[in-house]
Amino acid sequence: MKGPVGVFLGQLRRELVAALRSLQEVLNPLVFLFLAITLFALGVGVEPETLGRYAPGIIWVLVLLSNLLALEGLFRRDYDDGTLEQMVLLGRPGFLPVLAKVTAQWLFSGLAMTVLAPLAALLLFLPGEVLGITMLTLLVGSPALTLLGAVGAALTVGLKRGGVLLALLILPLYVPTLIFGAGAVTLAMAGVDVTAQVYWLMAVSMLALTVAPFAVQAALRISLEQS
Amino acid sequence: MTLKELWHRLGSPRWFYRFSGPWHVALGVLAALLLTAGTVWGLVFAPPDYQQGESFRIIYVHVPSAIVAQSAYLLMGAAGLVLLVWRMKLADMVLAATVPFGMTMTALALFSGAAWGKPTWGTWWVWDARITSMLVLLFLYMGLYALRQAIPRQETAGRACAVLALVGVINIPIIKYSVDWWLTLHQGATFTLTEPPSMPPQMWIPLAINVLGVYCLFGANLIGRLRVEILEREQGTQWVRELVARQAAGGGR
Repeated sequence: MKGPVGVFLGQLRRELVAALRSLQEVLNPLVFLFLAITLFALGVGVEPETLGRYAPGIIWVLVLLSNLLALEGLFRRDYDDGTLEQMVLLGRPGFLPVLAKVTAQWLFSGLAMTVLAPLAALLLFLPGEVLGITMLTLLVGSPALTLLGAVGAALTVGLKRGGVLLALLILPLYVPTLIFGAGAVTLAMAGVDVTAQVYWLMAVSMLALTVAPFAVQAALRISLEQS
Repeated sequence: MTLKELWHRLGSPRWFYRFSGPWHVALGVLAALLLTAGTVWGLVFAPPDYQQGESFRIIYVHVPSAIVAQSAYLLMGAAGLVLLVWRMKLADMVLAATVPFGMTMTALALFSGAAWGKPTWGTWWVWDARITSMLVLLFLYMGLYALRQAIPRQETAGRACAVLALVGVINIPIIKYSVDWWLTLHQGATFTLTEPPSMPPQMWIPLAINVLGVYCLFGANLIGRLRVEILEREQGTQWVRELVARQAAGGGR
């Protein structure tokens, strides 16, 4: 019998291997992020001043949406082939495998987007001096996006067409993260100290970390009931 | 009857159906009386505001609907908790019955706010902190409504909505705070409700009456929906059949 850490690491390893073997699925949301950035440039206009002013908001909104697209597949395959049922049945305490899945998901969405932020900043003419704060806010804010989104993904996994519903359920819950994330970068562009906003992002992520795994576990049990 | 007994009895839809009949009528009558009194007083007899003139009277619709819309969401959070922990059937019905009422009240609050904003601020829509929070609340209600519609099995739908309502309740204070903070960031566009520091009693008493009235309306609406829901879900049981047979024979409630 493995200890809790063993369960977590075992599941995380499995998820990472699975993700690397279907790399295209992992990359699609990231491609979408840059595709949408291009669309914004085409729609808003390419004057560096205009685009740069709205860059914090554009980046954060698109990160939200890309996360949402990535989340759709979080439990899908495991649900279809029955792995999810075993996971919920066997894993005691059951939130551990959930946490491992969410962690793996975050590595390929939240963290990947943080790493790619300089490229997005470049395309949107975000002033170079706020690049650091942009990456920091993405790093500490995106865990909340993945964790809250996982609750929605777990609730909708049993439905045939859950995509739009997932967006409807989850996007209102993303409001605080968006406000503090985009707000922090905008303020930083004006030269204001944004320590408080970064702390707020961390607090929202920590709260999500303490509550969401249990909510996901409960939601998965509910979704599995109907299959 | 002690509180514990009441709690156990609430687990029985049949008992609730019998117990709630008089309450349904009483709350309905009370709501009609209070809302009529408060609205007539507010719209006809209360003095006009020294700054906003007659248009301030829309608060007699706006404030009660906004308050009850938020309370309804809190009630859903509580019902969700009860459903997940104790699996009480009635809690599921409360969840299902509250969503349409709460959604309607949120929409009414937004609409009346817009109708008030036009003469006061000269625009239908302003990204004011409270208005924005209410808009997010409307989306939260819509999400709950859509989730229930999307899941075919009733019991599953109820518990899924319970999880979502609970997560939403935890999030609402954070959303409210973040929206307030966001407005201090966009100061240029900020409007605040410039309410007079102390409303005279002729103004706030009808408002208080209307707030009470709309709570009674909520209670009556909730109980009415619950009673219908109970009959529908328990239609196969002996007691509902007997009740229907008695009503068909011309008996009372």
